[in-house]
Amino acid sequence: MGLHKIQMPDVGEGITEAEIVEWNVSVGDVVKEDDVLAAVMTDKATVEIPSPVDGVVKEISGTIGDMTPVGAVIITLEVEGEGNEAMISAEADAPAPAAEEAPKEEVKPEAKAEPAPAPAPKKTAVVKKPVASAKKATSGAPRKEGEKPIASPAVRKRAADAGVKLQYVFGTGPVGRITHEDLEDYISGASAPVGGSSKRADTSVEETKVIGLRRKIAERMQDAKQRIPHITYVDEIDVTALEELREHMNATRKEDDPKLTILPFIMKAMVMAIKDYPKLNSHYDDGNDMLYTYGGVHIGMAAQTPGGLMVPVLNHCEAMEINDFANEAKRLANAARDGSISREELTGSTITLSSLGKMGGIVSTPVMNSPEVAIVGVNKVATRPEWRDGGFVPRKMMNLSSSFDHRIIDGWDAAEFIQRIKQLLENPATLFMER
Amino acid sequence: MKTINCKVLVLGAGPGGYVAAIRAGQLGLDTVIVDGQAPGGTCLNVGCIPSKALIHAADEFEKSMHFTGENVLGISVRAPSIDLSKTIEWKDSIVKRLNSGVAGLLKKNKAQLVKGWGKMVDGKTCLVATDEGDVTIKAENVILATGSVPVEIPSLPFGGNIISSTEALSLDGVPEKLVVIGGGYIGLELGTAYAKMGAKVTVVEAAERILPQYDADLSKPIMASLKDLGIEVLLNTKAKAANEDGTALTVETTDGDKTLEASKILVTVGRRAKTEGFGLEELDLTMNGRVVAINDKCETSMTGVYAIGDLTGEPMLAHRAMAQGEMVAEIISGMNRTFDKVSIPAVCFTDPEIVTAGLSPEEAEAAGYETKIGVFPFAANGRAMTMEAETGFVRIVARKDNHLVLGIQAVGKGVAELSAAFSLALEMGACLEDVAGTIHAHPTQSEGFQEAALKALGHALHI
Repeated sequence: MGLHKIQMPDVGEGITEAEIVEWNVSVGDVVKEDDVLAAVMTDKATVEIPSPVDGVVKEISGTIGDMTPVGAVIITLEVEGEGNEAMISAEADAPAPAAEEAPKEEVKPEAKAEPAPAPAPKKTAVVKKPVASAKKATSGAPRKEGEKPIASPAVRKRAADAGVKLQYVFGTGPVGRITHEDLEDYISGASAPVGGSSKRADTSVEETKVIGLRRKIAERMQDAKQRIPHITYVDEIDVTALEELREHMNATRKEDDPKLTILPFIMKAMVMAIKDYPKLNSHYDDGNDMLYTYGGVHIGMAAQTPGGLMVPVLNHCEAMEINDFANEAKRLANAARDGSISREELTGSTITLSSLGKMGGIVSTPVMNSPEVAIVGVNKVATRPEWRDGGFVPRKMMNLSSSFDHRIIDGWDAAEFIQRIKQLLENPATLFMER
Repeated sequence: MKTINCKVLVLGAGPGGYVAAIRAGQLGLDTVIVDGQAPGGTCLNVGCIPSKALIHAADEFEKSMHFTGENVLGISVRAPSIDLSKTIEWKDSIVKRLNSGVAGLLKKNKAQLVKGWGKMVDGKTCLVATDEGDVTIKAENVILATGSVPVEIPSLPFGGNIISSTEALSLDGVPEKLVVIGGGYIGLELGTAYAKMGAKVTVVEAAERILPQYDADLSKPIMASLKDLGIEVLLNTKAKAANEDGTALTVETTDGDKTLEASKILVTVGRRAKTEGFGLEELDLTMNGRVVAINDKCETSMTGVYAIGDLTGEPMLAHRAMAQGEMVAEIISGMNRTFDKVSIPAVCFTDPEIVTAGLSPEEAEAAGYETKIGVFPFAANGRAMTMEAETGFVRIVARKDNHLVLGIQAVGKGVAELSAAFSLALEMGACLEDVAGTIHAHPTQSEGFQEAALKALGHALHI
């Protein structure tokens, strides 16, 4: 029997550390080759770590949420035969495995072992505080308005110390006396407050460690809002003609053609507007005072996934036609949702399009996808009365709420860019006229 | 000038003040307490303690006198006498012991006692005139605990033969004829004591009955006992004026004016908050009539200035002040406290004694409760019989719907000690069944408490 150590893999170019987001095994589990052992997350993608060999899980190093350097041992398996320990142990900067279990004493002394804290493997990062689910029966008449609660001085003092007002505590004792237990039940949430409503205060707290994608999102949002002075510009667009065209195209599409949403048209309009205002398609490296304006338009498309927000990228949109946008967007969205999306497909956008679809609301304030300088937010299409030629007519209206990095993009530039998009969308034929 | 900086300044070392200072000291707050007289305030120096000493001596003397005649116990005593100056000496020794006891407690808890009369300069500064010169005390928090003083009748200013309770506790001898103006508990306690020591006592009360703060059922046995002691009680009678040397008092009765001869005229028409002489006017606090207005945390209208005890009005009782003082110290130390007491018991040390805790039947009714009331007379209590103490009763007032005990009163010999049981029941939220279900030791007067609860429940055992 030997030990086989599994290291944090090199999951991508330039990646020096990755975050463990899930353990799929625990100590003592028998694993076969290719069984998934853990999931780690890099900048954007989650990577599953398969077992290279058959064996038994001996030790798990690290806790969910830990940033672990590439090359560090994360799992030790007990395997038939020699194992790979001799190859790794001398170099590894990871904690050494438990000594007493190891059969080959002679191999490991030189492992400059900092004694490893053996972290308890956590199955889940969500810890729900134990709260009695069943609310206790609160029989008897509630205290009358203004009637003093009955409780011993000791209970009164405990309540005061805990900041609890006794008039809300149900007393189970004779004459509705509040006992020490009643107070405990109230504080723990097991009993409901007295007074009119049968609704009770929920004092439970669910602790969720912010890890993985959510932590990444949090960091990026914090960074973007902190560093970038946003300017948000909203204008309304009459999409009646565009919607007619879209319906016509969908009604007459060939079998292989994708069903079109409004997004491909907006992307096309963005590409065309960028041709006139190329600065919007840039990265601002504020650390080096450099602006990189790209020839190619790579549109990041904000997508909601079960794990949170992801932004898959449609590369080289300047070379796409309406159906290409639709096909590529659909493929990427599905990949993002089922987790099969690659790291490459999540990086390199030069401008972002954000849409909440039917929940698009009236106005939104999109947050910059740093280091980009523009993000276009799509609000929902709604039929609204518009004043046309001396009367109200029903028109399909849609707002675009767009944010810009005000350090690079002046309000005027922002408005011109959106006005150009507006012209194109309100006159959809022009979307298909290359100038 | 010497300046002391501290966290807590307590002005007045009466029961409220010294307890506040002790508790503040326990909580590690840098505390200074100021008083011009020996620590203990009215209660210890010229109130509760000395009066009880005198009452005890009077009781003992009266017992001896009782034994000079025919008595059921078959004891015979010949010509007992009392040397009041010796009694006063003994009383003073008790007061002194307690004075130094309080001073010791303050010291033990690291509260600094500054002797001298303090005057507030502003809400954080107090100027104290001590024997060693003026001292300025600067405090983050101030607790005003200046207490109360006897009320004077304008037409009968104190002086000479016209005395307050303070002087009545230090007389050279038993006055031959003592006129007591005011039939409240102070006048009756002292009047009874002097009557027992041989004085001819007349009580002048303007109202239609004595002890107006108690209901008639409670005061009736007292009235009977005063009569037995030979005390003349003039009800519906107003004191008008004394003659020049204070040996006669003109009173206005319903039948016209009358003149009472007097060796001493004791004026006990109440006490009022001491609001002058300590710079209260500099603070300009919101007043509630003639007392300092406070909320349920004893906070005044000025941040960081608290008031406790008699200065804040009725009930002017030492134990209320103590509870307030303890609470305020805890509040200053950062604890979340409010004055949430159910019961502030009150005891009247007449003969028999009266003890009240919680609501009287009338008060309970006025508060909107339907009540169940149980009364058990000591005439049916074995222990009371063995002590020749059959006068009086225990009365319990409870809610009709859930039997929560709202109030307990008793009148009888030695019932003051029952106040502990009464208050505990009220604070714990006892119902009639709790009191009825508690074994009370036999033979004691306290059985009357249990029986009163049983009576209210409709199944008293011994009546």
